[in-house]
Amino acid sequence: MGKITNEELLKKISDKFDQQITVVGEPYGLLTIETGREQIIELLEFLKNDTVLQFIFLTDITAIHYPEQEKPIGVIYHLHSLVNNLRIRIKVFLPAEDYHIPTATTVWHGANWMERETYDFFGVIFDGHPDLRRILNVDDMTVFPMRREYPLEDPNRVDKKDYFFGR
Amino acid sequence: MQNHPVYTDNDPQTAPSTLNLGPTHPATHGVFQNVLQLDGERIISGVSTIGYIHRAFEKIAEHRPFYQITPLTDRLNYCSSPINNMGWHMTVEKLLGIETPKRVDYLRVIVMELARISDHIICNGVLGVDTGAFTGFLYMMEYREAIYEIYEEVCGSRLTTNIGRIGGFERNFNAIAFNKLRKFLKDFPPVLREFQALFNRNRIFVDRTKGVAAVTPEEALSYSWSGPLLRAAGVDYDVRAMNPYSSYEDFDFEVPVGENGDVYARFLVRNEEMWQSMRIIEQALTKLEKEPTDIFHADVPEFYLPPKEEVYNNMEALIYHFKIVMGEIDTPTSEVYHSVEGANGELGFYLVNDGGRSPYRLHFRRPSFINYQMYAPMSRGMLLSDAIINMSSLNVIAGELDA
Repeated sequence: MGKITNEELLKKISDKFDQQITVVGEPYGLLTIETGREQIIELLEFLKNDTVLQFIFLTDITAIHYPEQEKPIGVIYHLHSLVNNLRIRIKVFLPAEDYHIPTATTVWHGANWMERETYDFFGVIFDGHPDLRRILNVDDMTVFPMRREYPLEDPNRVDKKDYFFGR
Repeated sequence: MQNHPVYTDNDPQTAPSTLNLGPTHPATHGVFQNVLQLDGERIISGVSTIGYIHRAFEKIAEHRPFYQITPLTDRLNYCSSPINNMGWHMTVEKLLGIETPKRVDYLRVIVMELARISDHIICNGVLGVDTGAFTGFLYMMEYREAIYEIYEEVCGSRLTTNIGRIGGFERNFNAIAFNKLRKFLKDFPPVLREFQALFNRNRIFVDRTKGVAAVTPEEALSYSWSGPLLRAAGVDYDVRAMNPYSSYEDFDFEVPVGENGDVYARFLVRNEEMWQSMRIIEQALTKLEKEPTDIFHADVPEFYLPPKEEVYNNMEALIYHFKIVMGEIDTPTSEVYHSVEGANGELGFYLVNDGGRSPYRLHFRRPSFINYQMYAPMSRGMLLSDAIINMSSLNVIAGELDA
């Protein structure tokens, strides 16, 4: 099977999702596109089930936080077509205080824990997820620690006060 | 003779019982908790709880310069830390556009393949222990020690290695390292052959493992499995072959593929991978003979710390030393995903950089985390003793699971 280039891949996606995607670029050869949460699942299903593209492998789901942006939190999907040896990165940015996105567990079982991890650290709510609980942090945690405003060290900890050291 | 109590409610003969397997249980080889509903010895359902050794590496990484993130990667899969180290260096090199000399690539390949062997030694050895055969484990463990001694010669430490720097290695391999490596390549094959003879056609072992926890390729792909587990299920995906890094394209090796994804197939795939790793190391040693022996890092003074004696005696070295330590060097604003074939599967680094000295965001695609999520669903209907050896053969490393 001949190798599919990023241009051909982009053309196939644009034919179906014309106005709904924007191209971010090709950093280090990895085609990166941005889309909205309304058609993300449709896009993932198209990429997975298309007979030519066959992005059958979900490499990763994660998120990123840009607090100064109008849409602060971006959910990032990395897909890999094992047949064509082609990768794609898809970003979906979510508006402030409305961090809802449909779950990808309907497309891949493996999305389950990746989405739980993303929820745990960024507070993105994956609608329709079968078991959206915290996964690595303690259950009674109230914050989402990977957001930028959350400091590395807990400001409430009391064991580093100066008076413990006679200062 | 004592009278047995008569149960009325919750008759243990019929009511399912709950078993807390873990967090610390000798049979789970790490901190994993699984709350299992049991009907006799058969598992009805299970819930995995993870995160007991979560150390917030992704958060810490946002506050550290690139070269100080390497020790964090050590602590992901601590059974094969050199692979994590090299994967991280290569991610940064990809971001910065650094080309490494061939000799560095080959030395890296040697270290990574040694790490793969040591990881598989533990996994397959422990699988033997869990099925009741201690001999193979002890016999093989000696050679993990031999590998650790090679690490010691290369970088000074054994478990959390911190091998290499951005651009290459911190120092050249010495003659003792090469001698130990050659000795290992001579001594280990007969041992591995005997280990295989001990298990491959052993009636007890085959009965315990064959057909246990069989996984179809479709299930494995849907759960994003990678590494030996995916290959045991019959999908020939190996990052080394598909997206060669560190000059893996120069090497001639085979990607072993199993048939039905059961515990036995995983065992066979891992054993065969050890043979292939030794084949790669031997080729690398041959290739190294043609390379100049004094090159062990790329010529990138902006990112590779100069030797200490030059810092005190050479103006340029002092400037670069200062710039590196103080973080005064611009880095490209971009994002990069790089993956290497870890011992457990595709180990990926997603690095978003904003031009500073530390990442804006760093995400580890940890194969153990992704492989382990199928454990509870696939245990349904399995015998408890089979679930134990299934966990051994998944080779989930707690450090990589929890990051």
